[in-house]
Amino acid sequence: MILLSGEIDIRVRGLGKKYSIGGSQEEYLTLRDALVNVFKIPFRRLTQKDVDQSTNEFWALRNVSFDVHKGEIIGIIGRNGAGKSTLLKILSRITTPTEGEADIFGRVGSLLEVGTGFHPELTGRENIFLSGSILGMRKSEIEERFDEIVKFSEIEKFLDTPVKRYSSGMYVRLAFAVAAHMDTEILIVDEVLAVGDAQFQKKCMGKMEDVARVGRTVLFVSHNMAAIQKLCSRCLLLVSGEVYKDGPVSDVITTYLNMSASVGGVSLAKRVDRKGNGDGRLTALFINDSPDDQIASVCSGDTVRFHITFKIQKPISSPIFYLAIYNNMGTQIIHCNTELQGFEPGPLHGEGEIVCEIPRLPLPPGLYKINIAIGHGGGGEIVDHVESAALMDVLAGDFYGTGHYRFLNRGICLADHRWRFIDS
Amino acid sequence: MISLENVLPHPTSGDPEPTIKIRPPRRWVPVDFHELGEYRELLFSFVSRDVKIRYKQTVLGFLWAIIQPLFLMVVFTLFFGRIANIPSDGIPYPLFSFAALIPWTLFAEGLTRSSTSMVNNANIITKVYFPRLIIPISGILSPLVDFTIAFIILLLMMAYYGFVPTIAIVFLPFFILLALLTSLSVGLWLSALNVKYRDFQYTIPFIIQIWLFVSPVVYPASMIPQQWQFLYALNPMSGVIEGFRWALLGTNPPQGMILISAVVVVFLLVGGLFYFKRMEQYFADVV
Repeated sequence: MILLSGEIDIRVRGLGKKYSIGGSQEEYLTLRDALVNVFKIPFRRLTQKDVDQSTNEFWALRNVSFDVHKGEIIGIIGRNGAGKSTLLKILSRITTPTEGEADIFGRVGSLLEVGTGFHPELTGRENIFLSGSILGMRKSEIEERFDEIVKFSEIEKFLDTPVKRYSSGMYVRLAFAVAAHMDTEILIVDEVLAVGDAQFQKKCMGKMEDVARVGRTVLFVSHNMAAIQKLCSRCLLLVSGEVYKDGPVSDVITTYLNMSASVGGVSLAKRVDRKGNGDGRLTALFINDSPDDQIASVCSGDTVRFHITFKIQKPISSPIFYLAIYNNMGTQIIHCNTELQGFEPGPLHGEGEIVCEIPRLPLPPGLYKINIAIGHGGGGEIVDHVESAALMDVLAGDFYGTGHYRFLNRGICLADHRWRFIDS
Repeated sequence: MISLENVLPHPTSGDPEPTIKIRPPRRWVPVDFHELGEYRELLFSFVSRDVKIRYKQTVLGFLWAIIQPLFLMVVFTLFFGRIANIPSDGIPYPLFSFAALIPWTLFAEGLTRSSTSMVNNANIITKVYFPRLIIPISGILSPLVDFTIAFIILLLMMAYYGFVPTIAIVFLPFFILLALLTSLSVGLWLSALNVKYRDFQYTIPFIIQIWLFVSPVVYPASMIPQQWQFLYALNPMSGVIEGFRWALLGTNPPQGMILISAVVVVFLLVGGLFYFKRMEQYFADVV
């Protein structure tokens, strides 16, 4: 655990939020339903239907405690439904906790959605004031920053058109521009970077980095590991509503990806989240000599061997094996398959092992996931397909054979190249 | 899994007071007037938004503010004034009913808007924090613009009939305030109830229709038999409308009636505030 000196901006102790599911809270009740429920009570005991109270309750958050110090940028990660948004909603005072408490020292600006308060009938100008006001800015503050906001959003020409006429890109740019100019000491941000096109996302990241530089305290929820890694110093991993890990960003992200890959420590053979017709099964994936339940470490430029073991129940006459490598943003960088290499395995049946060898791994340092699959050749059915069969941690290595490593992390793949002057 | 509760330091008495304290829901939540004051700009933004969008893309725009009471007045004059021959305290019937319709419309519009205000603003109450009271309050304030326009027409009508307001006109703001507080108090109850039980939005047009006839809009309060006068006065709008007519047209002052009305409003308002503040803690989960 990190011990930081400095003032505490947010103090959370034992926070929990319970929802009752199955009718009473999910949808609104009509008065008729409420009255009918009153009459149902004496009959309920006879039918034994909801003897088990616990199945009607759902703890979105349980026993969450942590401190946030001034100037810390904390990432909050976890699978969908882990409780991240609920935590942010509670700290933003939108919903109340069922138990526990939180103390906040300073003003909070919440960015939980892009375009909060925008009204389609009002113009861009009017919406800047309305939205800014709803987000907590004073009129004088909005006036001060008005020009910056307009410049950031690039909608000068359309300032006096109703927002319902804007394209979705313009809308999102304007909405974010307003929110980006909140200057509260504490910021709570929920995955807003996921909207918009690539250029917009770059702008958002830039703004977030500015915020980080200035020393504001930020709680940032995202699925984008690259963004989390770039902006945050510390990270909280939520699993089923509880804090599973709280520590330095890279450690927590590694734990998270590891969890996603092995699905809680289950080996490849036993994993149930697979696709394909099931005529065969991929039973293990070893990278070089690493055991299959740990993250393999290799270096850029290394020769990497992917050993795949399999068990085929129904014979495949012309099989094709696939191996794909994805970076931490989910982009497929490398795709290998037996057909591309002109390798024909011949009819397969029963158990076996195949190796895919990449001679000089052209990947920059980072965390990668490997998907593997086996199917019938010639556009046939997929027999078995497993995502995140293994994780691979690529460290900086001497890919170019020159001993120079400095720019190795630029770009998403490394390419052989040569430089020379042209004599005139 | 780790539990940090025993490892993290607990606050000691020397620490500074937190700006924001987040705690589980309580039964009785006081109204934070100081906070409401801090958010007054937001209140203005909401009222401004509602006023602006009301007549967007309409041709007649603000004329609609006078068309409705004017038409009602014509219909009432024809059927209640002429045909049914209902007395009007010595005042020409058109003026008599129009003078009542102006504060009535302020109340009815305010009630209608504030009752559905929470549900209509569901998209922002689930995303940002601000004192939720601002929303129903903005609901009762936005009809003031329509009210002002119709009031000018009323003054013109008074001039046409040769009526000059008496000194009692200084009490007019009081009656306006009473109308606003009545619509606010009922609006608080209805908007909070409507979040959870959507039935309530359907009760509003019907509540307003009945309320119209229970108030002295088409007939004077003096027509009510003596033994029912007290019960009649429990309707705050009785005091408001009679008071309005007295302040502008010089009919009999409402006296006892207004006292009863004011007391009723105070009770409704305080009750409404408490109920709203308690349910406020659940709005975002239920809306």
